[in-house]
Amino acid sequence: MPHDHHDHDHDAHSLLPSDSALRVKALETLLTRKGLVDPAAMDAILDVYENKVGPQNGARVVARAWAEPAFLAALRADTTATLEREGLLGRQGEHVVVVENTAEVHNVVVCTLCSCYPWPLLGIPPTWYKSDAYRARVVREPRRVLAEFGLVLPDGQAVRVWDSTAEIRYLVIPMRPEGSAGLGVEDLTRWVTRNSMIGTGLAERPA
Amino acid sequence: MTDPHEVTRFDEPWHAQVFALTVALSDAGRFTWPDWTRAFGATLARHGLSRDLNGGEDYYAAWLETLEGLLAGLNLAAPDQVAALRDAWEAAYLATPHGHPVRLAD
Repeated sequence: MPHDHHDHDHDAHSLLPSDSALRVKALETLLTRKGLVDPAAMDAILDVYENKVGPQNGARVVARAWAEPAFLAALRADTTATLEREGLLGRQGEHVVVVENTAEVHNVVVCTLCSCYPWPLLGIPPTWYKSDAYRARVVREPRRVLAEFGLVLPDGQAVRVWDSTAEIRYLVIPMRPEGSAGLGVEDLTRWVTRNSMIGTGLAERPA
Repeated sequence: MTDPHEVTRFDEPWHAQVFALTVALSDAGRFTWPDWTRAFGATLARHGLSRDLNGGEDYYAAWLETLEGLLAGLNLAAPDQVAALRDAWEAAYLATPHGHPVRLAD
């Protein structure tokens, strides 16, 4: 039946997902029908990555490294085992290495191959971490890239860039800021920004 | 209280879905994570030759292309079957009135 509302076709049926979204649905349907993947397992994975992991996990590790000498010693001795005890290891069996910033050395993490990232500690990687601009340039001209993040390092402080792989992920332990003396782990956690654990920022007083 | 930890979220539901699908397949032993990162890195390198990838939509487009290729190569998901199901989903969306759950015709 004709009607005078020309936009009507637009909302008569369900909003059509993008081609990519339809292709993902197709893969999911096929693999589920073949019994190769369990939708419940997918939901559980999504719940973890969308709701349970995030930079607060890494921040707590850093805060404890600052406040608890025994924890720092354990991290240095065997990071992977220490994080495993805390339930902070990934499912892919990767090793985690902590790199500690000092007045002499500032550490920065990248994945030049793709986007390997310590997901259980930092959550989903930010878009810039996955960009060609960051992945290619931070190796070549780290000081310039860091300056674009607003981080200008003193001349006397060297920059060391760590390239992650599927097997090894890095977590930067930023220097503990002045002004945080005497604070406990809970308070310190708020000083540890996500970028400070990648090396593109510093730990700072919470706003 | 402001949150000092900028939390990144998936921009689109399908980004989350393709991520979860890949992790679930790896968990189930269909491929190892290093195998995944090698294949994904190769796709990113190929795409990055013609333009600078921004790490957003193009990143997940490369992810999806890699997963399709990997599954085809492992004989786990034949491209023609995937294409037929993709078209079936499109038809289902077009045939389902707005506001109703979209289901595949059996």
